[in-house]
Amino acid sequence: MDAIVVDELRKRYGAVQALQGVGFRVRAGEVFGLLGPNGAGKSTTVKVLATLTKPDSGHAEVAGCDVVGEPNAVRRAIGYVPQSSGVDRDATGRENLTLQGRIQGVGGRALEARVDELLELLGLAEAADRVVRGYSGGMKRRLDVGLGLVHRPQVLFLDEPTTGLDPEARASMWDELERLAEGEALTILLTTHYMEEADQLADRLAIVSRGRVVVAGTPEELKRSLRGEAVEVELADGRAADAESIVAALEEVHEASSEGRKLRSRVASGARAIPSILSALEAKGIGVEAVTTHRPSLDDVYLHYTGREFAAEDEAGGRDDGSGGDGR
Amino acid sequence: MTLAVRHTWFMVGRQLRNLMREPIWIALLLVQPMVWLLLYGQLFKRVTQLPGGGFGTTSYITFLAPAIVIMNSFFGATWSGMAMISDLDRDVLPRFLATPVSRISLVVSQIVRSALIAVIQGVIILLVSLTLGVSVHTGLLGWIVILAAAALMNSAFAGLSQGIALLVRKEATMIAIANFIGLPLFFLSSTLISIRQVPHWMQIAAKFNPVNWGVIAAREVVLRGTHWGSVGLHLALLFGLSVATAAFATWTFRAYQRTI
Repeated sequence: MDAIVVDELRKRYGAVQALQGVGFRVRAGEVFGLLGPNGAGKSTTVKVLATLTKPDSGHAEVAGCDVVGEPNAVRRAIGYVPQSSGVDRDATGRENLTLQGRIQGVGGRALEARVDELLELLGLAEAADRVVRGYSGGMKRRLDVGLGLVHRPQVLFLDEPTTGLDPEARASMWDELERLAEGEALTILLTTHYMEEADQLADRLAIVSRGRVVVAGTPEELKRSLRGEAVEVELADGRAADAESIVAALEEVHEASSEGRKLRSRVASGARAIPSILSALEAKGIGVEAVTTHRPSLDDVYLHYTGREFAAEDEAGGRDDGSGGDGR
Repeated sequence: MTLAVRHTWFMVGRQLRNLMREPIWIALLLVQPMVWLLLYGQLFKRVTQLPGGGFGTTSYITFLAPAIVIMNSFFGATWSGMAMISDLDRDVLPRFLATPVSRISLVVSQIVRSALIAVIQGVIILLVSLTLGVSVHTGLLGWIVILAAAALMNSAFAGLSQGIALLVRKEATMIAIANFIGLPLFFLSSTLISIRQVPHWMQIAAKFNPVNWGVIAAREVVLRGTHWGSVGLHLALLFGLSVATAAFATWTFRAYQRTI
């Protein structure tokens, strides 16, 4: 059964076409990631699904209810953890959770017990009766998640749950989320621009770029869809743009991109491509500091699809290297 | 409807609890009315002897006290939208909007909270006035009328303030607008001086000034010869205005929702 069905959603804000026909399906009980750069339309998609805003066209169902036609039924079935914390800073953690529970229609003993359970689960039991103003960023974020869970929703939306957290708080948030996903029989829709986060948490994911899903599948499927290997060359000096065009022109290289002093390329076989990459660079007098090769990571998948999307739009037609993803 | 009332109650509870955590605010907010009552009241105490009169009492503080309750309630109301802006800035509202919470309760609770605080402050101002020798001629009923006028005065302008807050969504703009509305309406009323003492055009303007409606209703029950018809009329006018501004605030809330 599908917990979330999204079909051809379009939404325009003024001159910006935020969604250009987003579509995907999330099965009940699964953790689904929407991965994409800032401004790709991830948050807008979640806002439509959480009934905060209406799409211009298209159709979406959450827990079997239409987000436009039956918004209150959807609201009862979901928990929404917005991108920026929505906690009441002048209230305590317990007061925040209790109020949220009440407006979701939970009350009395059941609510008290649930609030205690969540405070314990999220490691906030000791800080429960302190005013939120004094919480750390990680604690505030965990309370946000608690607010989304207080009424035992069927579907939880997590919009960039770890943005702005330090690496330690992020890692502990991932642990919490993994435990929640197992313990609470939840469907989770997660948006993120951290590849690692999607890789670690999501059962399946969709890469979103410019208001559209460009590819969807399990992290493994997506990595496999990029056949071959990734070669990363660290340049001795800064001529990355030159190096990129030289390497991209080589027959063995599927695609190349550069960032700072790093030149990334995707090749069929590292052993065969590396010598020609190095000699091509040497011929033009570009020094090389280090070369590494690895199996494609989600990073490569992301760059491949979002990069190609941009290139395709910029060059009207673009290039094709023969590899494709499934689930389009 | 019952859901809206329950949710309003939850939301008012949230705000009052947060306020009670820093009760110093209620005291700080009372500094201004006390200055008017204690300093201004003494400074101009002989104003009641002006030829032409119209004060209805020889004690200026008796004339002034009920109007200060209304003034305090009015100024409190013009600022009440700041709490809405704070909720907008801190993204508390979007979080509530993803729940089945009654939409109207999010607006109405702000108005109810504001009016409740005005009533609490009104009681304190009246108690202080009592120790200064002010007696409310109509007794307990008079107290109730003064506090009702304060509550209605507050909700009338709190509705307006919430609506403006939802339209401008910026603190600095909100402060400018509150000042722009507040001072002229205050000086175009009979708060400080008998209406018979002011220029003719101001007397006309005061008739249409809601602040003056509240002052008239509150003052009538303090002084001798209470004109109950006038009290009822002015309270009814304030009630009508409260309904209208609450509707305006609700409409601006819908407009805000469309911008998310």
